[in-house]
Amino acid sequence: MAASSDSPAVDLAAAMITTPASLQDWLVILPLIVPLTAGAILVMIRHSTHWHRPVAGLALAALFLLDLLLLRRVLTEGPVVMMMGSWLPPFGIAFTADLLGTTLATVSAFVALVATATAPPSINTAERRYGFYPFLMLLMTGVTGAFLTGDLFNLYVWFEVLLISSFGLLVLGSEKSQIDGTVKYGLLNLVATTLFLVATGLLYGALGTLNMADIAIKARAAGPDVPLGALAALFMLAFATKAAAFPVNFWLPASYHTPTATVSALFAGLLTKVGVYALLKTLVLLLGPSSAYLGTLLAFVAGATMLAGALGALASSDFRRMLGWLVVSGIGNMLVGAALVTGGALTGSIFYAVHSMLVMSALYLASGVVEARAATADLRKLGGFYAASPLFSLVVLALLFAVAGLPPFSGFWPKAILVDAAFAAGAPWLGAAVLVSGFLITLAVGRAWLYIFWRGGPEGTPDGTVALAGVRSFESNAQAVALIGPVVVLAVAVAVIGLLPAGLGAIAEGAASGLLDPAGFTARVLGVTP
Amino acid sequence: MNTIIFRTISPLLVSLMLLFSVFITLRGHNEPGGGFIGGLIAASAWALYGLSHGVPTVRRALRFHPMEIAGFGLFLAAATGILSLLFARNFMTGLWAFPQILGVEVALSTPMFFDIGVYFVVMGSMASIALSLEEREGGV
Repeated sequence: MAASSDSPAVDLAAAMITTPASLQDWLVILPLIVPLTAGAILVMIRHSTHWHRPVAGLALAALFLLDLLLLRRVLTEGPVVMMMGSWLPPFGIAFTADLLGTTLATVSAFVALVATATAPPSINTAERRYGFYPFLMLLMTGVTGAFLTGDLFNLYVWFEVLLISSFGLLVLGSEKSQIDGTVKYGLLNLVATTLFLVATGLLYGALGTLNMADIAIKARAAGPDVPLGALAALFMLAFATKAAAFPVNFWLPASYHTPTATVSALFAGLLTKVGVYALLKTLVLLLGPSSAYLGTLLAFVAGATMLAGALGALASSDFRRMLGWLVVSGIGNMLVGAALVTGGALTGSIFYAVHSMLVMSALYLASGVVEARAATADLRKLGGFYAASPLFSLVVLALLFAVAGLPPFSGFWPKAILVDAAFAAGAPWLGAAVLVSGFLITLAVGRAWLYIFWRGGPEGTPDGTVALAGVRSFESNAQAVALIGPVVVLAVAVAVIGLLPAGLGAIAEGAASGLLDPAGFTARVLGVTP
Repeated sequence: MNTIIFRTISPLLVSLMLLFSVFITLRGHNEPGGGFIGGLIAASAWALYGLSHGVPTVRRALRFHPMEIAGFGLFLAAATGILSLLFARNFMTGLWAFPQILGVEVALSTPMFFDIGVYFVVMGSMASIALSLEEREGGV
C-alpha cells in the first residue's frame, strides 16, 4: 500500500478533479445511494421483518424527493454530471443525469412508492421473510442507476442488478407457475444481457472508451473500418429483447402474470422502460448516424410489436395475461421514436413511456384487486364487479380508456404526437399502425371491462340478472384501502396528465431534443463537442 | 467425506484458509488479491467446514446468517463511498489516513474498507449458497 513518506510527487490535477464537491453535486448520486444503503440494511436485518416496511417506505419517499429535486435542477441547468472517485472523464465512471433519464427515474420512484406505500396485503409474511423489500430496494437501485449512469459498462452493471433483483421478486411465492415464468423470463433476459455485454466489449475494442459522451464523439469521428453499424444492430437486438419488442417479446406475457400483483405492477411499470431507455440512448444519442440504417427495420419492428400486442390482448382470456400484451403493444409505440429519430417522434415515445409506466402499473394493481375478490383472473369466470363496486369499476374503465389512447386520458396525447410525427416523417403506414392497434386495443379492453365489470356474473349468467357469488367482499376496510388506494392515486395521475398535458409534453420535448443534441451532452460531460 | 482424517485435518485447514483470505484481501491493494478472491477463499473455507462438521456447526460458528454478513459488506462498501461527502469530494473518492500505531505507519484508506466490504459480500453470498446446497444433501 502507498505510504505517505515514500510516495513520489504526482500531479493529481492531471488525473483527478480537485475542486470540492457540494451537496448540490451529490444530488446526481444520492438517488442511487439511498436505495442501495436501504437495501443493504434490509438484508442485514432480514429476520426483523416488521422493520422492512418502514425502512423501505422511508427510502422510497426519500428517493422520490431526491429525484424531484434532481429533475428540477436538470430542467433549469441541463445534464448534471458527477465523476465517481473524482477521476477525470472519460476515464472515471460518469453519472450523467439528463432530462430523459431523470424524468423516467422520477416516475419509477413515484410508481414504486405508490405501489408499495399502502403495504399491499398480497405481500404476505412469508414473502416478506423471503425478502420482498430488500429485493425491491435493490431493484430500485438498478433502475435508478441505469437511468442516471453515463457509462456504458456501468449501464450493464445496473442491468444485472435489476435483473437479479427481478428474478428474486418473480419467484417469491415459489409456486410452480412462477418458477415456469421465471425460467422463460430469466433465460431470455440473460441472453439479451450477454449480447449487451458482448456488444459493449466490441465497442470498447473499436473505440477505446466506455464513457457515453466520449462514445458519442468518437463514433461520429470513426472511419468506415470501425463496424459501428453491426454494433448498433447488436445493441438493438439486446435492448429490444429487454423491452419485449416483436419478435422477441414472448417472454413477457409468459411471465408477468405469475408473481403477485404488486410485483407485476412494478415490472410492467419499470423494467421494459429501462430497455426502451437504453435503446433510445445507444441508438440515437451514442451511435446516431451509424444506426440510421436500422430505421426501416425498427419501424417494422415497432409496427409489428404494436399489432402483435393488440392481437395478443384480443386473444387473451386471462386478465393479467391480457395486460402483459398491452405492455408489449405500448413498447411498439415507444419504438416509433427510435425508428423515425425526429424530434416529434421521440417526444411522443418519451411521453408514451411515462404514460405507460403509470397506466400499466395501475392496471396490474387493479387486476390484483379483482383477483383478491374473485380468486381468479379468468375472464370467463369473472363478472358482476360493477354491481359490487361501481366506483372502482369506473376508475378501471378510465385506466382502460387511457391504455387504448382515448381522450381525455394520458394515452391520447402521446399517440396523437406519434401519429402526427409518423405522417410528417413520411411513414404514414406507421401512423396507421398506431391507430389500428389503438382500435384493436379498444376492442380488447372493452371486452375485458364488459366481462369483468358490466355483466351480471360469470359466463352463463342470464342477461339482466346479477350473480354476485363470485365476488367476495373485502376482509376489512383497511384491506380495501390498501388494495384500491394505489390504483386510485395512479388513475388520478393518469387523468391529470390527460387533462393538463402541457407540462409533461414540454419535459418530453426537452428530453427528445437532448437525445438529438449530442454536442450539448458531450459539452456538458467532457467540455468538448464532436 | 466422513473419514477421521478429514474431520481431524479440516479445522486446521479452515483456520489457515480464513487467515489466508484476510492476507489476500489486504494484499490486494497493490498486488494480486483483493476482496473478491479473498471472499471466495473464505467461503470455500466455510464450505469445507460444512462438509466435515455439518452445516449447523458452521452456522453456529458464523453467528450471523451468511446473507446478513453479505448485507453488512454491501453497507460497508456503500458507506466508504458516502464518507467522501463529509470531505466535500465526489462519491467514492479515495480518502487516505496514515496514523502511527505502536510506532508503525499504517495506511488506512476508503478503498481498503471498500475491499473489505466486497470480501463480506462475496463470502456471505457464496457461503449462503454453499451451505444451503450442503444442507439439501443432508450433510454429515
